[in-house]
Amino acid sequence: MHYKDKIAARAAAELESGQIVNLGIGLPTLILEHLPQDTDIFVHSENGILGMGERCRAKEAHPMLIDSGGGYIFSRTGASFFDSALSFSLVRGGRLDVAVLGTLEVAGNGDLANWIIPGKFAPGIGGGMELAQKARKLIVTTTHTTRKGAPKIIPKCTLPVTAKGCVDMIITELAVLDIIDARLHLRELAREADLDDVLEKTGVEVVVPQGDIPVF
Amino acid sequence: MTDKTTTPEKALARIKDNSTLMIGGFGAPGTPFTLIRELIKQSPAGLTLIKNDANEEGMGISLLFEAGCADTFMVSHMGLNNRVITMMNEGKIHVQMFPQGIMAEKIRAGGAGIPAFLTDIGMKTILQEKRRTVSYAGQDYILEPALRADFALIHAAEADTFGNLGFSKTARNFNPLMAMAADTVIVEAFDVREQGALDPDSIHLPGAFVDHVIRVDRRKNDYQVMKHHAL
Repeated sequence: MHYKDKIAARAAAELESGQIVNLGIGLPTLILEHLPQDTDIFVHSENGILGMGERCRAKEAHPMLIDSGGGYIFSRTGASFFDSALSFSLVRGGRLDVAVLGTLEVAGNGDLANWIIPGKFAPGIGGGMELAQKARKLIVTTTHTTRKGAPKIIPKCTLPVTAKGCVDMIITELAVLDIIDARLHLRELAREADLDDVLEKTGVEVVVPQGDIPVF
Repeated sequence: MTDKTTTPEKALARIKDNSTLMIGGFGAPGTPFTLIRELIKQSPAGLTLIKNDANEEGMGISLLFEAGCADTFMVSHMGLNNRVITMMNEGKIHVQMFPQGIMAEKIRAGGAGIPAFLTDIGMKTILQEKRRTVSYAGQDYILEPALRADFALIHAAEADTFGNLGFSKTARNFNPLMAMAADTVIVEAFDVREQGALDPDSIHLPGAFVDHVIRVDRRKNDYQVMKHHAL
């Protein structure tokens, strides 16, 4: 399995029946493909839909139906459409159970930095700050290290943060980690991963459970 | 019966240089492509544009920036438009960015007669540095001023001659909010029908907010599915 699918499948397993969730642009969008066809998880997209379905082909697409990344999508049974103020009332008002976002950096204390690299990358804020700050549970999906092999989970974000202390869980191709009281706890290891190697690739001290570590 | 239908030339002639324009749309859906193309023909200058995103190079409001008609941009995200990002980086346009829902709420407040509101979104981030903070009930908040504009350019699926509007799927987005927050509201719609032809329960925005209604052709290229965004 491609590492992206492995991360997406594990994140999908974290979502529970009946939840209202938002899946960020990029890897988190793949989670949709790992939800069962008859799922009653409702997926929200910032541009004004609750109940979005998978991406579709051009001949199946409606020109007025996209997700927040611009891709054409299906809507699912029970879907609804609304304006942008209402869309974010759902987020800020506490009705969003889970948001899954990608990241540039994440700190061991739960700080998230995923919107700007000053002087290099500043496409905008979008809905990320509100999702990060207000989702009841925030899951970050990311590769464990950068392309150059440096840890993406670090003691303190070097980039401007999106929100402070907002991350509850990190899912990578190597591990599932919980952030509890600003400390990182190992919950699961990838079947093919080696514990010492994972700890070395994590830039922060990790609390490792006693005994056998569950695998995914 | 009130009849607000007109031609794009007549309605858009009211837009003078240095005006502030809200433009509906999130990506392509809800972007008033025909009004934008007609506006460019007038070669306006010094416009301030307020839109969720920058569309894509060669499309929608990107054309206004590319033609040098606008120098200021209030926006939430422009990740699909490297051309406008480059213009920002080169200092050719001045850009102000907002969290998306806060931008929507600033516009909603502008339309609702609320001068400003308090929010914790962006606190303890670099956004706070450029914004006024206020202490209320023992907590610090960012004070966000409301937004209004001289004009709003709106896209609707259907309208009646009074300006009652119905939107389609994710083309609603910022459109009804912007229509409430501008002094003059110009709407393009695929279907324009007689007053009374729309079911009052299916009207998303009442005609009180609308000044001009223009029928546009849904078969134009601008409104078709873009293959590069499909699987």
